[in-house]
Amino acid sequence: MIPANFEYYRPDSVAAALGILQEHGDEARVIAGGHSLIPMMKLRMAEVPHLIDLQAIAALRGISIEGGTVRIGAMTTQNELITHDDLLQAAPILREAALQIADPQVRYMGTVGGNVANGDPGNDMPGLFQALDASFELHGPEGIRSVPARDFYEAAYMTAREDDEILTAITFARTSGGYAYEKQKRKIGDYATAAAAVLLTKEGGKVATAAIAMTNLSDTPVFCADAAGALVGTECTTDALAAADAAMQAVIDPMQDNRGPAEFKRHVAGVILKRAILRAWSRA
Amino acid sequence: MKDLDEREERRSALKGLGCSRKRVEDVRFTQGKGHYVDDISMPGMLHGDFVRSPYAHARVVSIDASKALALPGVVAVLTAKDLEPLSLHWMPTLAGDKQMVLADGKVLFQGQEVAFVVAKDRYIAADAVELVEVEYEELPVLVDPFEALQSDVVLREDIKDAKEGAHGPRKHHNHIFTWEEGNAEATEQAIGAAEVVAEEMIYYHRTHPCPLEPCGTVASMDKVNGKLTIWGTFQAPHVVRTVASLLSGIEEHNIRVVSPDIGGGFGNKVGVYPGYVCAIVASIVTGVPVKWIEDRMENLMATAFARDYWMKGRIAATKEGKITALDVHVTADHGAFDACADPTKFPAGFFHIVTGSYDIPVAHVAVDGVYTNKAPGGVAYRCSFRVTEAAYCIERMIEVLAIELGMDAAELRRINFIKKEQFPYQSALGWEYDSGDYHTAWDKALKAVDYEGLRKEQAERVEAFKRGETRKLLGIGLTHFTEIVGAGPVKNCDILGMGMFDSCEIRIHPTGSAIARLGTISQGQGHATTFAQILASEIGLSADSITIEEGDTDTAPYGLGTYGSRSTPVAGAATAMAGRKIRAKAQMIAAYLLEVHDDDLEWDVDRFVVKGAPERFKTMKDIAYAAYNQAIPGLEPGLEAVSYYDPPNMTYPFGAYICVMEVDVDTGEWEVRQFYALDDCGTRINPMVIEGQVHGGVTEALAIAMGQEIAYDEMGNCKTGTLMDFYLPTAWETPNYTTDFTETPSPHHPIGAKGVGESPNVGGVPAFSNAVHDAFRAFGLRQSHMPHDHWRIWKIAQSLGLHQ
Repeated sequence: MIPANFEYYRPDSVAAALGILQEHGDEARVIAGGHSLIPMMKLRMAEVPHLIDLQAIAALRGISIEGGTVRIGAMTTQNELITHDDLLQAAPILREAALQIADPQVRYMGTVGGNVANGDPGNDMPGLFQALDASFELHGPEGIRSVPARDFYEAAYMTAREDDEILTAITFARTSGGYAYEKQKRKIGDYATAAAAVLLTKEGGKVATAAIAMTNLSDTPVFCADAAGALVGTECTTDALAAADAAMQAVIDPMQDNRGPAEFKRHVAGVILKRAILRAWSRA
Repeated sequence: MKDLDEREERRSALKGLGCSRKRVEDVRFTQGKGHYVDDISMPGMLHGDFVRSPYAHARVVSIDASKALALPGVVAVLTAKDLEPLSLHWMPTLAGDKQMVLADGKVLFQGQEVAFVVAKDRYIAADAVELVEVEYEELPVLVDPFEALQSDVVLREDIKDAKEGAHGPRKHHNHIFTWEEGNAEATEQAIGAAEVVAEEMIYYHRTHPCPLEPCGTVASMDKVNGKLTIWGTFQAPHVVRTVASLLSGIEEHNIRVVSPDIGGGFGNKVGVYPGYVCAIVASIVTGVPVKWIEDRMENLMATAFARDYWMKGRIAATKEGKITALDVHVTADHGAFDACADPTKFPAGFFHIVTGSYDIPVAHVAVDGVYTNKAPGGVAYRCSFRVTEAAYCIERMIEVLAIELGMDAAELRRINFIKKEQFPYQSALGWEYDSGDYHTAWDKALKAVDYEGLRKEQAERVEAFKRGETRKLLGIGLTHFTEIVGAGPVKNCDILGMGMFDSCEIRIHPTGSAIARLGTISQGQGHATTFAQILASEIGLSADSITIEEGDTDTAPYGLGTYGSRSTPVAGAATAMAGRKIRAKAQMIAAYLLEVHDDDLEWDVDRFVVKGAPERFKTMKDIAYAAYNQAIPGLEPGLEAVSYYDPPNMTYPFGAYICVMEVDVDTGEWEVRQFYALDDCGTRINPMVIEGQVHGGVTEALAIAMGQEIAYDEMGNCKTGTLMDFYLPTAWETPNYTTDFTETPSPHHPIGAKGVGESPNVGGVPAFSNAVHDAFRAFGLRQSHMPHDHWRIWKIAQSLGLHQ
């Protein structure tokens, strides 16, 4: 658990960080809260000769809510998501999900940007932002571009972000209606055995819109459009729940690990999806 | 009345036996001021790190250290070839086997030590490890002990033709020993004639003590005076000194072993690891101090594991439930080397306590030790030697028998308990239980949890479940355990020939304070607090005026160390006995000072009083002063004593634990709704320390029963080498515990104390596991192996058809 030698940089602007990134190419990586990268470096599974710490870049911090849009700087910590009152009004599911990530010590350091950019299928925020239909803002040598969360994840640790780009912010529209983030884990600090993010709105006693994403059930977060579609126009009856479950099962691809075999994870995914839908429905 | 109050006041001022005195150690620990091995830094100190095997079984074709040696700051790279001239490439284990210090031609488990890099700092050492090029040729891997006993694959080529092992004949090249106790023939007869026989395979999985602080050492050879000093995370520093002397040829007086503060041991720090040997050799060669500290993954993957016992039980009874016989056959997976830390004559420890709390007329056990491609060990993880395995086995077998008989498991226990009047009780497997009152403890426990009410609620829950109104079941986990601790009588118990006595040496200072040194070493047990209390009650000086010191072999008297709950039964007894020697001399001094005959004095809390004249007395403080400042005819000056205590018997703490658990059949999630722990550890020295021990021990039991394991894939890769996968509960997962007690003193211990640190692990594991099993009893579950993590509980529900 001793990392190899590396150069440490602490730039104070995105432009400066991009400059260092360009200079060293794939020998450089940015670090946010460090909860994924530092263990990997200590295990020598990641070799990073040039480590660019984003902590000093003030522009990457903070949450702003203007009109109907929420913008979260990449270096905002999980703890800041939990304690931000306006965010609780604008998108309460974030607080509910963030409270289920690790423990307070981790949440003081762990950032939203790191959580979504790392591409670890175990992370909670990617699926959550897919449900929210968020966009990720990427700064690169060519300028700024925006990629929808639903198009960002390609495979485990493989994303649409280019090596010379930095993920700087996440934006999404305010939510209304019901929400729930449901997660089963073995203990505090563990990744999900299965997790479900559900958002839905209600009109005339029926589901008007719905969005569902699942976590740690494939090598990417799983946005479940058909499962959400199965709920629209229903009163979240037993049949509707079964249909959503079946549609979700068709797109997840869990692998056996120490949390259990794939068939167990599928079963749990179904149970927690139903629980999440019912909780969201009760709040809609 | 006034006299009584006054005496009570003096008694409570001593903070002696029975006082919930705050732990004196906690002042430094809670302020982060503990001093651990890794806090030691010395001028010129070098750092060691291991190249470890990525394979579970492979031939080492070649080791090329040239690139590592070329790295600036690297001082040496040791391999087996370098250690061979010193005969240190292998080392003896505590179990009579030998173990490679560094890979000698082959590796036998993943994480095995292959080469030892010594460098000027810890970072360079780690860099150099990456540069050592080792060529391996993979060999077939054996991770299943039953397969290992059939396989043609030879794991231990060094002893493949040896027909005799350290513990008798070997049946196969991967077989280590067969050990038996009891009457096989009579047991078979009783089972054959029985009205009811329950048979079950009970697996107690491989786990690991995982102390918060991993293992480490700093070795410093002073070439000027020829003295070798070894600081380390040692649970038995004196034994380490003797072993180091025998291995190195350095005379024992020239070796000083120091255990500083230790961050938990739980059995993991009893044995000798290759890191210690390599650091010592490196220091002898270089003449400067060498530090080796392992990391968490190394600790989990390569240091001593615990359990891994496959226990085939058969229990016979009458139709009414009176047990008539017990037979257990164990297949014990010891990994690559037999490195159990058991008393030498007991290769399966005290597993023959497996008749538990029950009056079983005839019994037989046999244990076969087996080599596999897993890390060596088999230590007593917060228990006496193989006692958790035994307690789990019998407490599961009782439940299985209750199912077979269609009986309530609490009642089945009650009718089979050894009765109070049967003590001292001779068990069928050869132990003499010192004292007990199981029925009283059991009734108190059942009443405390409203057992009948719980059973009623459980029955209602089953009905509600069947009607589809709930998906949660209720389990009531019962355990009545009997421990055997305090190894032990020297006539039976030794480690590498050293009798398992322990010791205490007391010096009273002239102003009436004292220092006591012991052969044990605290790793969090609170010895500095509780041993001072024992002494306070014996010699009448306040516990606050008594320093307890352990762990430095240059100053402490020889002792066998702290594990197997032996500190209070053995060193605690030595403390009381040494205190009594102090008091005997003090009585002579007091008699002189008071100008009376010794026999005219009586002891009164903190003083000697002239019989019938209570106003004439000398306090221990007065006496201490006189001992150093007054010439007393016929007496040497000073007030000191030493006692080496060889216990006449083990002690047998017991307890009744009840766990009430909610289990979700769909997700496998569980919640402990109630946990009641009644412990009888004989005389209670410090109730608060006991409560802390019980909380900690039950939490470790929760971990083991509900998730903690060292698991391997079929290639012998360790799948649980980090705390992400090795289940270590946080405060969040830890339930509330209710503690309770009865007090049945040990008749042979000077103060009647039996030891408690390990009881909660022994009793806790079956209580949690039985709760899981009990939740599914109504649906036909007989046995499901631990750990009961979410997916395994889910699997039980699935196999019982509860998911339709």
